[in-house]
Amino acid sequence: MTKISLPQARGFLQTNRKDLWWLQPLVVLLGFGAFIVYSTWAALQGSHYFIGGPSDPGAQQLLSPFYSPVVWDAANLKSGHAWFEGLPAWWPAWMIFSPALLILPFPGLFRFTCYYYRGAYYKAFWGDPVSCAVGEPKFRGDNYRGEEKFPLIFQNVHRYALYIAIVFIFLLAFDAWTSLWNVDSTGAKHFGVSVGSLVLTMNVVLLGGYTFGCHCWRHLVGGKHDCMSCSKMRQNAYSRVSWLNARHMLFAWMSLFWVGFTDVYVRLCSMGVWTDYRIF
Amino acid sequence: MSSAPAGTTSTETRIMNFRVWRGDANGGAFVEYSVEVTPGMVVLDCIHKIQAEQAQDLACRWNCKAGKCGSCSAEINGKPSLMCMTRMDTLPKDETVMVEPMQAFPILRDLVTDVSWNYEVKKKIKPFKPRAPDNADGTWTTYQVDVERAQEFRKCIECFLCQDVCHVLRDHHKHDEFIGPRFLVFTAALEMNPLDTEDRIADLKKRDGIGYCNIGKCCTKVCPEHITITDNAIIPLKERVVDEFYDPITRLFRMFKG
Repeated sequence: MTKISLPQARGFLQTNRKDLWWLQPLVVLLGFGAFIVYSTWAALQGSHYFIGGPSDPGAQQLLSPFYSPVVWDAANLKSGHAWFEGLPAWWPAWMIFSPALLILPFPGLFRFTCYYYRGAYYKAFWGDPVSCAVGEPKFRGDNYRGEEKFPLIFQNVHRYALYIAIVFIFLLAFDAWTSLWNVDSTGAKHFGVSVGSLVLTMNVVLLGGYTFGCHCWRHLVGGKHDCMSCSKMRQNAYSRVSWLNARHMLFAWMSLFWVGFTDVYVRLCSMGVWTDYRIF
Repeated sequence: MSSAPAGTTSTETRIMNFRVWRGDANGGAFVEYSVEVTPGMVVLDCIHKIQAEQAQDLACRWNCKAGKCGSCSAEINGKPSLMCMTRMDTLPKDETVMVEPMQAFPILRDLVTDVSWNYEVKKKIKPFKPRAPDNADGTWTTYQVDVERAQEFRKCIECFLCQDVCHVLRDHHKHDEFIGPRFLVFTAALEMNPLDTEDRIADLKKRDGIGYCNIGKCCTKVCPEHITITDNAIIPLKERVVDEFYDPITRLFRMFKG
């Protein structure tokens, strides 16, 4: 094919757009940036990630989603959610152990490779492009690799991140169920609903809306087939997932905010700053 | 003069200033014009008025003036748009309106670009290859639910605004390696057609450069036919490429299925 010569070369951030084209990437930068900073900080704390359970009788059992599932508890803590006792023997002694460090990489990978987030953070974090019809940094120029080559070809693992994310939805649903119970000093369990129970339930609903609206999921439940009429189940699944998929960005942001807020809620309740009020 | 704010219907005549790009492949510049804008006018009307009254040699391509031929694509205030579908009362009334040619294609003159590269790309895509007829009279039986996806893509008017705004072409000049959103939509319409038996997935990866798309959704934003290009065409094709080339489990299944 013939090489075409282009009319006008644009410099970085050069555009004739007159609208607030910079606003959306700025909001994304600040929104994602704030979440990354907070979640990293919260994950490194290794404390105040639960209330209730054997060490906190009477309170509804709330577990921060950043720490769920608790494979091993942090040193000197007994959340009642841990799968194994003590600390992992293989964990390097020089490294701080926090249960969240074993968990967050998985939902992190799901969001990092998400089709919506990719488009959003490519713009906000490395200006590729900054916004539509706005000039890019010149150093990239003809060397642009997109997702065609290393390293971003790695984004094709998204469906595997989805499989793990689906497991997490079930784990978080179990946490929401567990939050409806409190343990008294004798170890007996009692049903009850607190504000925290609702916060954890809303968390799994929003994360479910985000996870099951995934483009990969849409492909896997039916999109990969050309014949929709061949299976009523496929047709129904595809149309329902398509409904969620059309709102993927909305669920991505709502679930991101809410999962962060859920950690804040549990953390502040655990620290005694907030009280987890019982509704009944 | 009118006092209607941008985005509302103006009822009065007003004078508006334009900066229209004039030039050819050797270079050019923005030239200023003032136009009397009456209610209901679109940008293309103003360009025609400039042509008729002030610059008879101003070149612009147009045809239907109804948003269906895709000829009058340009950039209005920096945004790839159809001149015939951009109403003057949607633009800020106190600001000069900038009109320039599409940036991803070679300029011929003034607002006219050479979009023939697109036609060359289209020729390379494997054409529709239907399965054997379902019925004795040589016809096929299809259902609405099966053709719905492809129908959305068939709305394309080939204005090439999506090609123009795509940074892979516009900024990175990957015309030799990437077919652009228009032809990914075209390929999706063929690939998702239940009657079609051709396989274009290997071409998408190896020749058409689908991996260059980094899902900025600019193509979707500028499409005058409101085709959900990225979510409904490009990403589903990317997933089919993953099935074929990157997912070891689906590759294994295929191996056993034969």
